[in-house]
Amino acid sequence: MASSNVHSMGRLPLLLFRCLRVPARSTVNWTATRTFVASSLARKDGDEPQGHLPGHPSSVFLTSLNDSFFDSVKPKTLSGNQNAKGGIPTYRLMDGVGRLLPGVTDDMVNIDQSEAVKMYRTMLLLPAIDVILYNAQRQGRISFMMTSYGEEGAVIGSAAGLDARDEVFAQYRESGVLLWRDFSLDHFMSQVFGAEDDLCGGRQMPIHFGSTQHHFHTISSPLATQIPQAAGAGYALKRTKGREGNVVICYFGEGAASEGDFHAGLNLASTTKSPVIFFVRNNGYAISTPAAEQFRGDGIASRGPGYGMLTIRVDGNDALAVRSAVQAAKSKALSEQRPVLIEAMTYRVGHHSTSDDSSAYRSKQAVESWKQMDNPLHRMRNFLTDRGWWSDQLEEEAKVQHRKIVIEAMGRAEKKKRPQLSSLFEGTYRGELPANLKEQRAELAELLEKYGSLPGWSKELAKHANAGKDMEQYREKQQA
Amino acid sequence: MGLAETYGRDRVFNTPLTEQGIVGFGIGMADMGHTAIAEVQFGDYIFPAFDQIVNEAAKYNYRSGGQFSVGRLTIRAPCQGVGHGALYHSQSVEQFFMPVPGLKVVVPRSPIQAKGLLAASIRDDNPVVFLEPKILYRSSVEEVPLDDFTLPLSKAEVVKPGSDVTVISWGAPLYSCIEALQVLSNPPASIAKHFPQGVRQANIELIDLRTILPWDRETVARSVAKTGRCVIVHEAPVTAGVGAEIAAHLQKTCFLNLEAPITRVGGWDTPFPHVGELFYKPEAIRIADALVKCLTF
Repeated sequence: MASSNVHSMGRLPLLLFRCLRVPARSTVNWTATRTFVASSLARKDGDEPQGHLPGHPSSVFLTSLNDSFFDSVKPKTLSGNQNAKGGIPTYRLMDGVGRLLPGVTDDMVNIDQSEAVKMYRTMLLLPAIDVILYNAQRQGRISFMMTSYGEEGAVIGSAAGLDARDEVFAQYRESGVLLWRDFSLDHFMSQVFGAEDDLCGGRQMPIHFGSTQHHFHTISSPLATQIPQAAGAGYALKRTKGREGNVVICYFGEGAASEGDFHAGLNLASTTKSPVIFFVRNNGYAISTPAAEQFRGDGIASRGPGYGMLTIRVDGNDALAVRSAVQAAKSKALSEQRPVLIEAMTYRVGHHSTSDDSSAYRSKQAVESWKQMDNPLHRMRNFLTDRGWWSDQLEEEAKVQHRKIVIEAMGRAEKKKRPQLSSLFEGTYRGELPANLKEQRAELAELLEKYGSLPGWSKELAKHANAGKDMEQYREKQQA
Repeated sequence: MGLAETYGRDRVFNTPLTEQGIVGFGIGMADMGHTAIAEVQFGDYIFPAFDQIVNEAAKYNYRSGGQFSVGRLTIRAPCQGVGHGALYHSQSVEQFFMPVPGLKVVVPRSPIQAKGLLAASIRDDNPVVFLEPKILYRSSVEEVPLDDFTLPLSKAEVVKPGSDVTVISWGAPLYSCIEALQVLSNPPASIAKHFPQGVRQANIELIDLRTILPWDRETVARSVAKTGRCVIVHEAPVTAGVGAEIAAHLQKTCFLNLEAPITRVGGWDTPFPHVGELFYKPEAIRIADALVKCLTF
């Protein structure tokens, strides 16, 4: 026991008040500052040497009240561009039917046949999985599903712009990144079905993937929580020997960007100079909330400069533009040791999830017109076809093959057992199971012994590896 | 103090003022296998990070099937009353984290305990919330080994053995408990009539719980089975405080041994007030009074 004087403890001076959080440099001499401001006002706007305001020493002074209000910041690239009245411009290489835009050369696209074809094949695999699993959910064979319809270009394009060892923090509509990295369809389906060999132990809802081998950090449902985590991972990465050439990419939707963690994460990555690419999929909807009710500013991209962050808006349905934007972002993130924000403009063609009927808040016609007008798959396909890299025959073969391997993998996963029941308790902590969990495991073992023969219980038990028999040892241990 | 100068600004650095960001950032670092020791300036301001701690850090290992873990993360935060900290520089927050599987929660009582338990927390393979009673920062002084050492987590310590009643506490209120023992055995003349001769010789067992989650149920239950009586003392409000969990467990495991109801002495079920702290916190007199009631039941 400490030999402190207990009688005096309640009356110690409190020296650590919250107000001391204000950085010391803010304790400026206000009298002097006022004098300076007053004298500068007498002179011409903007001519003065910089002031001494602690938050931003290089700010110039204005005397016109009206000119001093503003609600947008224009990129310098817009100055002199008479057409740019719609705010931040969007980077694209292909037009709506997949032809390179005027002035765009093959050198600028910089992709060879095998990579371009792999991109398109992977883009095609997404809807193949989506249609089969969406229907499987409708038939009650899986509990939940979220599709990637309409965002194939944004997701695969970004994946193609990275190295397989770049760290990925995803939201949930980016399973294409795993497919690009050759994550096996068996592992994909095992996660969705909660099978025994699911890398995540069958513990999370479908589509919450994770794989250390693929540098894909396990998805969680709470939105935007991965954003400050990505900032920390980026900081760790640049301090890890041998990983200096890698970046973190952090995906989220425009809805998640309204969470406080978005602000925290971008600000932290910027102040700690961490090599992180923040990739926002602005698909127009957060479930039923249209983007117009999500923000009033110029999308998400307009916020980047507020954090002192390099920012680019890209056509998310132009997979090649997304790829080149991500490549450039990675290069800048590493060479300048700073984060980059990419806003990919796209459209969520599918429902939010299998628990959502989007026709309740938007017309089916609007969705159809998007699919026709601006389809990332059509654009990529035309790009390939124009070069003789793709054909109707290859298209047909790819679709048949995709459907076959997806159905086969689903069939295998569906037949697999669930993880053994005792794993329900494991992994809560690393190291030894705490006493309360041991007791509760024994309690469940005893309940199974008594009631396991109930039809409902036995049917569920039979689905697990070992049919719950692995629990018996814990019951015996408890008795002993 | 001096750590940044010794180890460099890339290892010891300021963050922007954002608790959810600090913890999220620490999770990201730990996820990459780095040791991350995050500080939240006061326990009172840990709530913006509640989502990151409860939904993320605590569940990271479980939800990923053990593929990803943030066991290298330790979150330090000053806690408990300080004399005049009022609502937002006084709170005990351990009870908010007690029902969160996957998390460890630790509160030391002295410099030796603080060093040994913090070293263990940093090295533990699980995320730890380490709450430091700030009133002891400068008042508690003892000889602390300069060498490396750790104290075990999830192990309560019997600070003083006894046979008549078990007193359980953690952090700064342990000192009020010691003071209460002195009052009980030798009450000031003005209030001596409230302390019958029979209870003054009571042999009291004092336990420092040290780890709030997962807590040492064995040591506590063994003690109460022996003494048959139990008083639990914490600064947090009584309703749904850590004492409620301990009491519920003890009535289950020690039902046949109990000779008096388990008593909880804590803050009242109000926000922590500025003036009136003496009457809000479980001071020695209140603890001594509870001991009399428990011993004479």
